[in-house]
Amino acid sequence: AGMSYWCQMYFQNSATLSGVRVQWVFGLYCVVTFAIFVFVALSMATSCFSPYMYLLMQTNHVLERIWGLVPLIILTFLSWPSMGLLYAMAELESPLVTLKCVGHQWYWEYEYSDFGLVSYNSYMVPEEDLKLGEPRMLTVDKSVVLPFSVWCRVLTTSFDVIHSWAVPALGVKSDAVPGRLSESSVKIETPGVFWGQCSEICGALHSFMPIRVEVVSCEIFGK
Amino acid sequence: MGRFDSAFWKFFPCPVLLYGKRLDLMSTNHLDIGSLYMVFGFWSVLAGTSLSSLIRWSLFNPGSKFLDPVCYNAVVTMHALVMIFFFVMPVMIGGFGNWLVPLMLQVPDMQFPRMNAFSFWVLPVSLYFMVVSAFVENGVGTGWTVYPPLSTFSYHGMCMDLAILSLHLAGISSIFSSINFMVTITNMRSVDGHLLALFPWSIKVTSFLLLTTLPVLAGGLTMLLTDRHFNTSFFDPVGGGDPVLFQHLFWFFLDLVYLSRFMFLVYKKKLLMEMWVCSMPCLNIGFLGFIVWGHHMFVAGMDVDTRAYFSAATVIIAVPTGIKVFAWLATMMGSKVSTEAPMLWKLGFIALFTIGGLTGLILSSASVDVTLHDTYFVTGHFHYVLSMGAVFTILAGFTHWSPLFSRVMMHRQKMKSHFIAMFLGVNVAFLPHHFLGLAGMPRRVVDYPDQFWFWNKVSTFGSHLSTASLLLFVFLVWEAFMSHRPVVSVRNSSSSPEWSVAVNLPKHAALESAKMSGGSI
Repeated sequence: AGMSYWCQMYFQNSATLSGVRVQWVFGLYCVVTFAIFVFVALSMATSCFSPYMYLLMQTNHVLERIWGLVPLIILTFLSWPSMGLLYAMAELESPLVTLKCVGHQWYWEYEYSDFGLVSYNSYMVPEEDLKLGEPRMLTVDKSVVLPFSVWCRVLTTSFDVIHSWAVPALGVKSDAVPGRLSESSVKIETPGVFWGQCSEICGALHSFMPIRVEVVSCEIFGK
Repeated sequence: MGRFDSAFWKFFPCPVLLYGKRLDLMSTNHLDIGSLYMVFGFWSVLAGTSLSSLIRWSLFNPGSKFLDPVCYNAVVTMHALVMIFFFVMPVMIGGFGNWLVPLMLQVPDMQFPRMNAFSFWVLPVSLYFMVVSAFVENGVGTGWTVYPPLSTFSYHGMCMDLAILSLHLAGISSIFSSINFMVTITNMRSVDGHLLALFPWSIKVTSFLLLTTLPVLAGGLTMLLTDRHFNTSFFDPVGGGDPVLFQHLFWFFLDLVYLSRFMFLVYKKKLLMEMWVCSMPCLNIGFLGFIVWGHHMFVAGMDVDTRAYFSAATVIIAVPTGIKVFAWLATMMGSKVSTEAPMLWKLGFIALFTIGGLTGLILSSASVDVTLHDTYFVTGHFHYVLSMGAVFTILAGFTHWSPLFSRVMMHRQKMKSHFIAMFLGVNVAFLPHHFLGLAGMPRRVVDYPDQFWFWNKVSTFGSHLSTASLLLFVFLVWEAFMSHRPVVSVRNSSSSPEWSVAVNLPKHAALESAKMSGGSI
């Protein structure tokens, strides 16, 4: 599903290619960082429990060169895919649909200007009004509707203070800054419902302005 | 401690009882001022930890109405500000710096003793304003980063202004103490530059960083003040300003504060590598720290090339940091590792700071950061670096040098139990944050969707344990003074000169700066 699950320890499954790629790069970083940590932990453990002192560790220029160069190589190897992904994510294909999210204290206002001006506000449903089975803190009265397999452009801005429009399962996060229009592009591969929350502190009800994105086929979207 | 140094105030002595001995509050002696910083930091850590307990109690169960959202936001803000500006910075730089730098340099005192006293006494005033700001109106609920327009637009009352004033004062305190340290270390040396001990060297680098960046923070805060009251529009788009400008100013300063703290960490153990192995990385980290601030702003809407640059520059900082870690590891391999409490803290520091650094490496990637920005992953990262990096360092230093500062020995075995309790507590508290962040839980939320319950519960248990270990530490300090095991001799013939005053603490370590000349040492 497009939301987190109990005891989750990893990312939510991503419905966009860029999300999948982010998780791949993260996995690469994890492998390398875990290896580095194991190296550090093992050398600490062996030196703690060993009765010997390693004299070659006292003044060793070769060693110093090695531990300067090897990290540099490892880090270059790590950042290469990361940079590539950054530029790939910044490629803005010509989108077919534009969604504008305007952050307010404390709700979102969505606008679709491709089809005349369609605009509505989306508020969180308070706990007492929830129906059976609706997730607490995430249910909204009106959700965002987007078509799948189509490039969509998401523009974020704000009416008052800085908010952030974020949907983890789509790999989207974009600060909504007043006076600025931030652009992200997203192409969602599968239909479904995806959830997110506001990700920049915006006052008292910051925790209570969630986001629900319903991704449907193009025909349904057209209606 | 019976040192009455303040000639000018001789007619207005203000003796108080500290450690059962009289301490003159008007003293300008570096030892007294160092002790005052330590006591001040001690109070602040109790306050900051209590605030963190409030946060974790709120997050214990979903739907808990323990704190209302407005109060919760204020608690979150206060927790960060108190811990950073009134605990870590005063204890590390004011406390340890004032106590140890003149002793290590074998000079009578700091270069500007009265300015030293001034730097300290500004801090209680600053803390007072900060505490008052939490109690007027609704408290400052902007998060410690005080981003406009939330800080300019939404908080109309005195609370925000009091907090800004408090930060200004804390900045003044740090600026003056940085000047003092830099001049002392540069000027009052008795040996040539390249033989300077690592601890004063790193304090010097730290002071330089603070000196250059605190004015930028002060400028940003002043701009916030004028936006609020004097009709300027630095951060207001209606008048042509931009909120992101504040983010640039703020983070330029902040990164350097972070880095400055890690400059002089675990230099209590004698580094067997040559001095420059650690001093060069200090300088490199210091220099690079000036040019990486944008890694806090990857989703704020910067240009892609800018993001690529900041990502690359941040990754490069990992190289000198790694060199330092490897140098520490090499020192461990080349020497006999004791299992006394200070060594345990240093070992814990190396392991946990490495983890924090590695999660920071993950966050430095601008593309991965899109998913992880402003989630609990970031909170987990910086708590590993601060709550385990900085705090373990402070505890390592305190347990190592407490016989020097307080003239009494702490209980050896109980200190080790304290280490174990704290180690378990902070790990149980902060490891789950990474899982929550990966799952998508955002930061600074008072309540969360039910699926995040499990790790939040685990984290709260960990915070209970680490708070309990803090109380154990308070008990251990009290017990040390009550049991009165005075220092009679120094066992390890360490070449660190500060231990020369361990048994008899005179007013000044050296009555004049020693002169060593001729030949190389």
